[in-house]
Amino acid sequence: MKYIEEFRSGDLAKQLSSKIRQAILPDRQYNLMEFCGGHTHAIFRYGVQDLMPDQIKFVHGPGCPVCVLPTGRIDQAIHLLENEDVILCSYGDLLRVPASHRQSLLKVKATGGDVRMVYSTQDALKIARENPERQIVFFAIGFETTTPPTAVAIQQAYAEGLKNFTVFSNHVLTPAAIQNILESPEVREIGNVSIDGFFGPSHVSAIIGSRPYEFFAEEFQRPVVIAGFEPLDVMQSTLMLIHQLNEGRYEVENEYSRVVTRDGNIKAQQLVASVFELRPLFEWRGLGVVPYSALRIKQQFADFDCEKRFDIPQTRSTEIKGCECPSILRGAKRPSDCKLFGTVCTPENPMGSCMVSSEGACAAYWSYGRFRQTDTIKE
Amino acid sequence: MCLALPAKIVALNPDDDTAIVSLDDIRKEISMALVDDVEIGDYVLLHVGYALSKVNEEEALRTLALFAEMGNNEAS
Repeated sequence: MKYIEEFRSGDLAKQLSSKIRQAILPDRQYNLMEFCGGHTHAIFRYGVQDLMPDQIKFVHGPGCPVCVLPTGRIDQAIHLLENEDVILCSYGDLLRVPASHRQSLLKVKATGGDVRMVYSTQDALKIARENPERQIVFFAIGFETTTPPTAVAIQQAYAEGLKNFTVFSNHVLTPAAIQNILESPEVREIGNVSIDGFFGPSHVSAIIGSRPYEFFAEEFQRPVVIAGFEPLDVMQSTLMLIHQLNEGRYEVENEYSRVVTRDGNIKAQQLVASVFELRPLFEWRGLGVVPYSALRIKQQFADFDCEKRFDIPQTRSTEIKGCECPSILRGAKRPSDCKLFGTVCTPENPMGSCMVSSEGACAAYWSYGRFRQTDTIKE
Repeated sequence: MCLALPAKIVALNPDDDTAIVSLDDIRKEISMALVDDVEIGDYVLLHVGYALSKVNEEEALRTLALFAEMGNNEAS
């Protein structure tokens, strides 16, 4: 397919690999955090790690919305299914995520809960129009990439006067999460997580543009290169980060210029701003409670806010015993450091969210078998 | 979750703000609510049934040329 195959050329990858080897300074380490699960996936699927010299270490970040959703939010959705007559529409990624008491949306569906997997918010609207006597709740999840489609659906429901459609908003914000990682004690004080530079998100940046990263590149003196999700994009961006670090620069550069501009998609930003506002506090798995890191529905659209229409109890998120997802999401541990990894926790029988989502670091380690090598090479 | 694919616009339906895209010859109706100024033949980034943005052909070629240029330097 156009714009995909060209960016996966093996010959160019080899050439970029030798460029990278020439560019690195032999006496230093380069610890580069890829924020997005999409990058983690590309690195493992295409063997990018194998083409890198030993001094380059990819640190996997928390940019997987399914992985950072605390179990309490899924417990709340399950509470709705068990106590109200609702149809819960969800993207497929969420269905198998473990909730408390060994539950998941899929298990609740198996015992009679009306959970429907949808591909698009448009599908959820369609279900609402076809079932006027039922309440339809859309379980909205995702970073800035996935928020505009939810905003469009709410605007449409408002315009149509749909009375049976609400949204359970779990939309979260990327810059807040990156800042939280950079301010965490593990990075700042304890020093057991070292991050020299960042790969900026591909499709989040398509919406928000490259401008929002300028603040913390400057504030935290870390270079950011916005990178596409194809393997050559990741390699070229690695080279750009190496050049910046060698020259002592910390700027925002854009490798993914075929999609990302400095200003982003203004129309989408305005739509999101018309429907959503910042939540003062939101809990992330792995990062804890992060201020102003998520979105809730504005008062004007309160009729479409699931948390206002239904009485949903606040639940406390419980972590699965032994699961290292929280540390893995902060970059403090690797999947192979977890005792559950590959023993009781596999993609067929996931214990933690990082193994459920195909973008999760554990799923990437397991699916491409790379954990066998990284252990011996990197430690 | 943030994965998106470049898809070619083969038909536009401005009345309901939708378009038909072709993905390896599979056709699909998508929403165009988030983008403006898209024409038939353009590529858009498709995510959960919505066009997120236009793919800029000139910039794509420039990025590819950058990879290749590095290869040439390597050879010389």
